[in-house]
Amino acid sequence: MFLSQHGEAVFEPGLIGHIAWLVPLLPFLAFFVILFFGKRLPDKGHSVGIGAVAIALVISLLSFIELAGGRGDIEKSWTWFEFSDILELEFGMKLDFLTAVMFVVVCTISLLVQIYSTGYMHGDSRYTWFYAVLSMFTSSMLFLVIANNLMQMFVGWEGVGICSYFLIGHFWEEKENSSAAIKAFITTRIGDVGFLFGIFALFALAHTFNITELNLAAEEGEIGGTALTVAALLLFLGAVGKSAQFPLHVWLPDAMAGPTPVSALIHAATMVVAGIYLVARMFVLFEHAGAALDVVAIVAGITMLIAAVLALVQDDIKKVLAYSTISQLGYMMAALGVGAYTASIFHLFTHAFFKALLFLGAGSLIHAVHSNNMSDMGGLRKYMPHTYKTFLIGSLALGGIFPFAGFWSKDEIVGEALRASSEGTQAAALFVLVAALLTAFLTALYMTRVCVKTFWGEYRGHGHPHESPGSMVTPLWVLALATCVVGFLGLPVVGPFLDWIFIPGEEHPGFSTSYNIVLPVASVGIAGSAIWLGWQLFYKERWKFDVLKGPFAWTYRFVANKYYLDDIYLGAIVKPIQYPLAKAANWFNQHVLDGVVNGTAAGTIASSRVTYAVIDQGVIDFAVNGAAGLTGVSGGLLRHVQTGNIQRYAAVLFASAALFVAALAFF
Amino acid sequence: MNWVDDWALSLGTFLPAVGAAVLMFMPARSEKLVKAVGTLFAFLALVAGVVVLARFDFSNAGALQLQVNESWVPQINARYHIGIDGISLPLFVLSLLVSFLCTIYMWWHIPEPGKPKAFFALVLLLETGMTGCFVALDLILFFTFWELVLVPMYFMIGIWGGPRRAYAAVKFFLYTLFGSLFMLLGFLALYFTSDPRTFDMIELTRQGFGGSSELFQNLVFLGLFLGFAIKVPMWPFHTWLPDAHTEAPTVGSVLLAAIMLKMGTYGFIRISLPILPDAAITFAPAIGILAVIAIIYGALCCLAQTDLKRMIAFSSVGHMGFVMLGIATLTDIGINGAIFGMVAHGLITGMLFFLAGSIHERFHTRDIPALGGILQQMPKFGSLLVYSAIASLGLPGLAGFWGEMLALLGSYNPHPELNETLFRVLMVGGGIGTVLTAGYFMWMLQRVILGKVPDKFASGHGIFDVVRLEWYAWAPLLILIIAAGLYPKLVLGVTDGAVQTLLGALG
Repeated sequence: MFLSQHGEAVFEPGLIGHIAWLVPLLPFLAFFVILFFGKRLPDKGHSVGIGAVAIALVISLLSFIELAGGRGDIEKSWTWFEFSDILELEFGMKLDFLTAVMFVVVCTISLLVQIYSTGYMHGDSRYTWFYAVLSMFTSSMLFLVIANNLMQMFVGWEGVGICSYFLIGHFWEEKENSSAAIKAFITTRIGDVGFLFGIFALFALAHTFNITELNLAAEEGEIGGTALTVAALLLFLGAVGKSAQFPLHVWLPDAMAGPTPVSALIHAATMVVAGIYLVARMFVLFEHAGAALDVVAIVAGITMLIAAVLALVQDDIKKVLAYSTISQLGYMMAALGVGAYTASIFHLFTHAFFKALLFLGAGSLIHAVHSNNMSDMGGLRKYMPHTYKTFLIGSLALGGIFPFAGFWSKDEIVGEALRASSEGTQAAALFVLVAALLTAFLTALYMTRVCVKTFWGEYRGHGHPHESPGSMVTPLWVLALATCVVGFLGLPVVGPFLDWIFIPGEEHPGFSTSYNIVLPVASVGIAGSAIWLGWQLFYKERWKFDVLKGPFAWTYRFVANKYYLDDIYLGAIVKPIQYPLAKAANWFNQHVLDGVVNGTAAGTIASSRVTYAVIDQGVIDFAVNGAAGLTGVSGGLLRHVQTGNIQRYAAVLFASAALFVAALAFF
Repeated sequence: MNWVDDWALSLGTFLPAVGAAVLMFMPARSEKLVKAVGTLFAFLALVAGVVVLARFDFSNAGALQLQVNESWVPQINARYHIGIDGISLPLFVLSLLVSFLCTIYMWWHIPEPGKPKAFFALVLLLETGMTGCFVALDLILFFTFWELVLVPMYFMIGIWGGPRRAYAAVKFFLYTLFGSLFMLLGFLALYFTSDPRTFDMIELTRQGFGGSSELFQNLVFLGLFLGFAIKVPMWPFHTWLPDAHTEAPTVGSVLLAAIMLKMGTYGFIRISLPILPDAAITFAPAIGILAVIAIIYGALCCLAQTDLKRMIAFSSVGHMGFVMLGIATLTDIGINGAIFGMVAHGLITGMLFFLAGSIHERFHTRDIPALGGILQQMPKFGSLLVYSAIASLGLPGLAGFWGEMLALLGSYNPHPELNETLFRVLMVGGGIGTVLTAGYFMWMLQRVILGKVPDKFASGHGIFDVVRLEWYAWAPLLILIIAAGLYPKLVLGVTDGAVQTLLGALG
């Protein structure tokens, strides 16, 4: 079956139609090869993983090229299982530019992370296992990206979840690491249940799991109303969990417990963008689902702001980056919320490069100073020139400075929010616009803080920091180069990205066709002033003040305690369930339910004794002895049996069973 | 091939009992010979099961096949009527497989007081009872097999069990017997109401009881319900289960969890639903509510447990809750999900009990807080526990997922005569249950598998990774868990037709 956006069978499958499924399959197979044979290989298995994802990347690029050459979308499927005519679950692939972009992002980042890890994880006691799970992680993400139906997507989605559990908890000797892994898995699973119910709701409405058909049904009004809005919001709940949106974002900063290359992978490619991808995949459906997109926009707006504020007060460099990811995911989600589909995917695309760059750079720093804390760094510009230069490029990109990648994509989102807020009564879009501008300022500010604290001033840590090995530095430069270049793909009006990614079924590309020069100048101005302020605050320390004192100390405490969200979740939900509620259920079980059972037994025995002793000494009452006697007899049997003669009892058992059958047969 | 078709089911069912009888007449001294003979008979029964698979017409899985219908007790028209369809086939084969794997495991370990001869004989006898339940098509025959199961399990718990074995064994026996008496009353009521009088399930379904009073149907359903619900076990009739599991020897727990519990859920599907469809609709909401209580309550109790086996036992209460929820929806999707759930639970929880038993053999404790760092000391063993636990918490790609997912999907759109709002609330309850389930399994893993090795076990004395016999006994389960997870059609392809036929009775 080869379907276009609107379901007519048109295109021939071509080369990629035949081989695209290899993209998720290769890393999947690599998982098993590494798992079962990795330890026996001379390199402990890493080249299997690297090789698989490298081939997958080549295929991804081929599909990109073929699509760019004018080929239409491809959809192909087999039946996974079916119940007569009630339910059919497909196992399929849907290949369009969105898939291809995601393919390229996931494979590129995964490849670089795996190369980088040969240096970073060198000597790790579970090196082979690490590579096996990296492959599975990549495969699960690619599996969800290629899915042509929501149930298949869910399978990949959960696969991503369990792999993240393994990777975040990689250093499980320490309890806090395994706790972080559990937190990530359980928090996202809450969202996943919503996702699953959303799939059910859509299945009930449209009797299909197929993504193309669902979008089409929504577009043509076959499904709609409150039910569709609810279904879309349930899907969004899944995205809130996976893409760390408020209020389920709390797992992501803790997920830093994993090895740093894993953080890079999670943040750039294989996990958190899954939620963005889900909403983008179902975008047409969301558009027709009442206020669903407004909810998306508002949640995302809140997310980007609160996370940016949190990033300002962290000492752990990875936590700063973690909160910045949450904040940037807020941008992407908010872009979808205001209808800026292309801008959202473009930001996902550029963010993958500079965020992976920043994480791998942070890993290089941590590798050198053996600490995550910026208070142990400082002055590293002199010791680690490559890390310094590449990290600075990443920071400028994240800060939204011309002409680095982040500038272009962030600018599009702000522009689209402005356009959306001026069209009719778009309160949500206006909120997004304000939040996006504020966040842009905060982002440049906290990244200035990070750079000052790590690269300028005097070295405050122990030992002698040194530049990382080539296996780690090379990926940094590759990503830095990409960060400089990829932004131009989405140049306003002329960038090729516009021809690739646009809302399915809509004629004109997603970006504004006319370009307003005021906006980019303004946003660079905002970022520039934030950098200036940051320089004054953190380098020159011009205005010295103690955040713990003064009238606004409570705001600092409020932020430093992560708005007390973790405490509320832990204190009001997790701990009460884990201890009092569970204990109460168990007490109820042992004393009430089991009390009834044991009480009945004791009552039967007691009453039979009474009956025997008081009412009737001599005559045998069959019913009473039947009930009470059984208990006594079985106890007696056991006593005998323990003396060793089971054989006799088994023989008796057989004989009596035989007698029973014979008796039934003859009478 | 007629001879084969006539005898395959009977051979699969009775070969183990024959083996038990043969063992009785063997000298107990030659332990190896006893074990070999016991294993051989379990293997032969499994071969018969494979023959059944080979002879089964999968294109017609909705129909009862390989039927044998002979006169047995003509005075009451009880017949030796057996047969198999897509609902019973997976359970029949699973019983034969798991029993055989248990006999392999018993080569490596039989708990105190040893006595392999008696132990093998009881396991084989148990096997006959369980497999018989899944092929019996006559109520008296079904009842005979049903009760036959009690005796060997009673002895297994009572003799080879843990410290509180006497209590657990008696409780297990009496509680189940209590339920089955009501079930028998229900059978008799059906018999005396049928015309012509019969115990034949197919004939009873054909006759139907739509003409009888509603009270009669409901009372009979309730009688059967008590028998089945205790066996499943459904909340609040489950309290015998944690005790029985905690005290039972490893293979006893495995057989109990993997197969015996399914006799209850199977009874609902095979007997209650088709013969009393109207009463089933009446009782479905109540069953659904009890099922969801079991899911959440089971998960909460799991969080409170410190004994690993007891925790797995409570997890069974929750998982069987999903199976019952699927049945209660009275839909194609839900019941297919329920049967899938039964098979998956059999594979996964059987595996978990094997692992819990092997932990006990190595550490001489199953106390969760006392254990730790198993993944460091026994990486392979630890990985298997992680694998089984994430399968049990319903990770897609492994067997545990599809049963739960289909049960929940069935609840979204239950049978048209059921209250949709109620079942959607139940679905949400089940969804919360899946989060809690993930919670207790991961918490268990964190305490048992991860972290540092406690000082007590730091010497590593008596601690060794998975041994060869364990691999033999476990490999088929491990493979089937992922096979059924990746290719659910393995089970669903067989059950679908039969569920269609079944639902025909519900209208």
